[in-house]
Order: sequence, then C-alpha cells, then structure tokens
Amino acid sequence: MTNSTYSEARPAAIRWHPTVVHYAPVVVIVLALIAIWYVAAVLMNMNIVRDAFERNETRYTTEELIAGTLSAERPLLPAPHQVVETFVDDVFGWPVTSPRSLVYHSWVTLSATFVGFLIGAVFGIFLAVLIVHVQSLHKSLLPWIICSQMVPILAVAPIVIVVLGSIGLRGLLPKAIISAYLCFFPVTIGVVKGLSSPDPIQRDLMRTWSATPWQIFWKLRWPSSLPFLFTSLKVSITISLIGAIVAELPTGAQAGIGARLLAGSYYGQTVQIWAALVAASVLAVGLIGLVSLTERWVGEHMGARP
Amino acid sequence: MMVAMIAPVTLHYQRVAFVLAAIGMLAAFVVPLSSEPTIGLFARPALLAATLLTAALYAGAAFVSVPLSIGIALAGVLLGCTMTLALLRDDTIAGYAVWGFWSAVLANWIAAWLCVARLASVKPHDKIVARSIDLAIPLLFGAFLFYLWEIAVRGFGVPPVLFPPPSLIAGRFFGSLWTLWDDFFQTFILGVLSGYLIGCGAGFLVAVVAHRFTFLGRGLLPVGNFVSALPIVGIAPIMVMWFGFDWPSKAAVVVVITFFPMLVNTLAGLDAAGHIERDLMRSYGAAQRQTLQKLYLPAAMPFIFNALKINSTLAFIGAIVAEFFGTPTVGIGFRISIEAGRMALDMVWAEIALAALAGMAFYGIVALAERATTFWHPSYRT
Repeated sequence: MTNSTYSEARPAAIRWHPTVVHYAPVVVIVLALIAIWYVAAVLMNMNIVRDAFERNETRYTTEELIAGTLSAERPLLPAPHQVVETFVDDVFGWPVTSPRSLVYHSWVTLSATFVGFLIGAVFGIFLAVLIVHVQSLHKSLLPWIICSQMVPILAVAPIVIVVLGSIGLRGLLPKAIISAYLCFFPVTIGVVKGLSSPDPIQRDLMRTWSATPWQIFWKLRWPSSLPFLFTSLKVSITISLIGAIVAELPTGAQAGIGARLLAGSYYGQTVQIWAALVAASVLAVGLIGLVSLTERWVGEHMGARP
Repeated sequence: MMVAMIAPVTLHYQRVAFVLAAIGMLAAFVVPLSSEPTIGLFARPALLAATLLTAALYAGAAFVSVPLSIGIALAGVLLGCTMTLALLRDDTIAGYAVWGFWSAVLANWIAAWLCVARLASVKPHDKIVARSIDLAIPLLFGAFLFYLWEIAVRGFGVPPVLFPPPSLIAGRFFGSLWTLWDDFFQTFILGVLSGYLIGCGAGFLVAVVAHRFTFLGRGLLPVGNFVSALPIVGIAPIMVMWFGFDWPSKAAVVVVITFFPMLVNTLAGLDAAGHIERDLMRSYGAAQRQTLQKLYLPAAMPFIFNALKINSTLAFIGAIVAEFFGTPTVGIGFRISIEAGRMALDMVWAEIALAALAGMAFYGIVALAERATTFWHPSYRT
C-alpha cells in the first residue's frame, strides 16, 4: 500500500491529486465489478432466453439475444439496472403501508433490529460490568460466553420462535430476542476490554483519592471503555440486522426482508430477491452510519479531541 | 504451596455463606418437599444420610483452610446434587416441588458458587496446576448450569415438549447417533468444510495478488470492507436457485461468506510488515517471491488466523441458513426446521448440541493451529 518509499526516487513520476489517488482504485474496481456482472448476466441467462426464442420458433439475432438476457423476467442473474429499477420501484412506487412496498418490509425488519440491538447492547454491557467486577465470573462465565459464539446460534432461532410462540409471544419480540442473542457478544467482549483498559497507575491514583468503586466506575472505567463500546456497537448492529432477517426465515413471517427473500425464492422472483438484498445493504450501511454519528456526538459532548 | 488471595472481609462472608448453605440443606427436613402428599426425608434412609453428610461437609468447609475447603465443599456439592436429582425421580415431587426441595437446591448453588469463587482466587505457583484450575472453573460452572437446568425443568414440571431437560436431550442424542452422523456429514463435511476451504483459499490468493499490484489492493480493500458489513447470508436463496438443493449450494454460500473476511484480513496482514524489514529484504536483494514467503506471509499469519476463526463460525451459520431454503432430506438445518415443526424439541436440542460440539471443535482446531504456527506473536508470550 505504501508508495512513498520508492516512488520518490523515480524522477518522472506523475503526482496525482490525493483525492484521485484515494478514490480512483475504488471507482475502477467497482466499475470492473459491474462490468463483470453484466457479462455474467449475459452468459448465465443465455440459455433461458435462447430456449424461450426457440420455443416460440422466432428467429433471433445476437443483439436480440443479448438484449433479452438483460431484460428477462425471471433471469438466473438479473442485470444491475434491472435490480436498481425494481428496487426504486419497490421503494418509491407504492405507498409505504402497502405490503408490496420495500419500505414497509424494511421497517418491519428494522424495528426488530432496533429492539434486539437495544436488548443485546444493554445485556452485553450489564454482563461486562459484572465480569469486570467479579473476578470469579471472569474465570467461570467468560469462557462460556465465548463458547456460546462458536455455536451456530441461528440454529436456535426456530426453537426460540416455537417456544415463544407456544407461550403466546408472536411477531416482533421473538425476532428481537434472536437479534439480541446474536449481538450481545461483541458488546460484552468489547466492554470487558474497555473497562479493564485503564492503567493500574490510574486506578491507583483513584484509590489515593479514596474514590468509591462507584466513582472509579463512572469517572474512570466507563469513559475509557466508550471507544471500545462504539467499535463493538458497529459490529453488533449489523449482526442484529442479520439476526432479524434470518429470524424471519424459519417462522414463515408475512412481512420483513427475510420474508421477502423467502417469497422470492418460492416464486422464482430473482429480481425481487436482489432488490431485497439491496435494501438490506442500504439498511446495514445506514445503521453503521447512525452508530458512527452517535459516537461522534458522544465524543464531542465528553470533550474528546478529534 | 497454594496461596489464596482473599480479603479477610470476603473470607468472613464466604464462611457465613457456607454455614447458610448447611442450614439450607438441613431445612429440607423441616419444610415440606412437595405440595402433594409425599414421603418425608426421614422415611428415605439413604437420602437422609446423604443430606446430613452434605450439610456436615458444607458446615465443615466454613472452618478449614481455603484449599481444603474447596475439596470438601466440592464433595458436598456432588453429594447434594445427587441427592436432589434422586428426589426428583419420585413422581410426587417432580413438578410439585416446594420450598423444602428448593432450599436444598439453593444450598447447593451457594456452595458451588463459593467453590468457584475460591478456586478463582487460588494462585498456585506451578504452571500446570494453574492451567488445570483455569480449565476446571468454567467446566464446574457449566456442569452446574446443566444441573440447574435439569432441576428447574423437572422440579417446576415444565412440559418436556416445550423445554426438555438435558438428560432427555442426552438420551435422544445417544439414541440417534446415526441420524446425527448423517446430518453432520451432509452439513459439515460436505457443505461447510468444502466451502470454507474454497472460500478462504480464494480470499487468500486474491489478497496476495492484490498485494502485489498496489492499485488493485487499494480498490479491493474498501470494497471488501463494505461487503463484509453487508448481510451476505441473504444470497442463500439465490445460491439454492443456482446450484440446486444438495450440498453444492450450501458450499457456495459458505464460499461467498468466508471470502471477504479472509480477503480483508489477509490484505491488512500483508501490510503489517514494517518498513525496516522491507528495506532489509531489499538490501539482501531478495526476490519478490522470497520477500513474500519469508517476510510478508509470516507477518500476516496472525491476521489470517483471525479471519480463519471468524470464518469458522460464519461458515456454519451460512450453511445452516442455506438449508432453510431447500435441502435433500438430510442436514442439520433441515432436521432442525422439520423437528421444530413436529414439536420434537428434544431432537432439535440434540441437533443443536451436535452443531455446538462441531462448532467448538472446528474453532478449537483452528485455534490450536494458530498456537502452533504463530507462537512467536506477543499475544502468546506471557
């Protein structure tokens, strides 16, 4: 990644503007990926379109064939512009309360994500505080928390849904619980690290001031754990989204991005699946942005220097 | 030989707690065991003796030195747990347990917790002893959690259809080993392992190429970071559509899921070699391949293993989720959704136990390999 060492030795190297140096590779890669996508779409949909032409016994030229692959109704791989068209149509083409609107489905998933994230983050912080303050918990509970993450947790999803459903809990809460179970772990690990990050010297200083444990926590440990907390929160909010989406799969949910994926796979609506994936990606990026904004806001209010 | 670091105040509280545990055990004589008419403890000589002995052990643990008290209390916990479990075999107690029974359970809980707390505070000088204690603490803790699960489910009479006790799950697990093996083979060996190897291998190779051509690397790193944050599991239905219901579609999902973390981490790792070392390699006149082999790859190892560990759990999740979208009639994810639909929750839990064991073993093997290859890294130097 570094060009500084050797490029300065070369006499005639062209100096590009830093913005160009920074963004040109990304733009080129993205454009290349889109080009590859188009080529792949043509190649993968070729057979379907050719079969359709031959079934209707119409004569076709190569141009018509290629055009057909990029506008097929149920392609194996939809072309990027088809995905974008469907996405835009699903988002803006319907009133937000309509079950055909992606905004509606996104909102269903998003609400479960938020509730699950909130539960998971609070629970994760609570566990971390316990673990930091009770030494035997550090040795007994922490290994199990780590083990719990080696378990493919999504496997538990159907049980949680079935058990909660049988005691009358349906809809948002079971999904949120799965999200919470998925996302508490990064928070716990991060906050344990953060709460124990102050130097022994700093803790000794607090003790010479005869600070109570309560004061040590709020004035030393908690502030110094915040950077770790926010890094973990960024990881766990995307995991929470994944949890909410996956929780909609085995439950046969009627609404939500996961339900949209499932319906798309049942009816072979590939474009709809891709549009739902785009929606999920937009949500993920938005959620991370939200946490970053909160981080900056909290930093400013606590007097952090950029 | 063994020094326990416990503050005098804490030690005092722990002694009181031990005495409380002994009293709680004895309370089982006085307070009724069950809301149904049942035989009291006095009419069960073996259990009576066990209860008395447990109470004596708990009381004794309060007044001896810390290392000795751990052993005594552990024996007490073992006996006390056996006693409560034996009581639950009585149909007039299982499901109808009241305070007499729960006080004994609570006493065991207190004593077990004290054992863990005291074990955690022991600082032996011998390294092997220290390591085995560090291993014993979570094992004890976990074993006791399973005991509490069993006791709670059976004591409160929770229907096994909703929440089966561990004993039932274990019975189911060992009773259907062949089904479990088939599912394991289909999901793990065929789906996860092949996808994991291809995905991680491809990510690694692309990263090495991207590192060679700086422009490519600079473009791929942000894109890879971006894609890593996306909910990629969503491609599962597409892969099932492309590759069919059998394991190749699961492997394909795993390939895509594991590719990006590997790419990003390896790229970061290849960049981790310091300037001085690079200059040194140049001054040796090392060829590109030699520099890669002797400098960049060893420096990247911790990062690569980090990705391998992340991927080991991601891969499993991906394969199981892909099975929700269609499978042949075998596989962990398939079995879970089918048995959950039939409310056969003991089988579901057995599958989860299988997935948990496989997941932990997978992670453990990767972690061991890491220890063997990157033993020089600061995080292992203690």
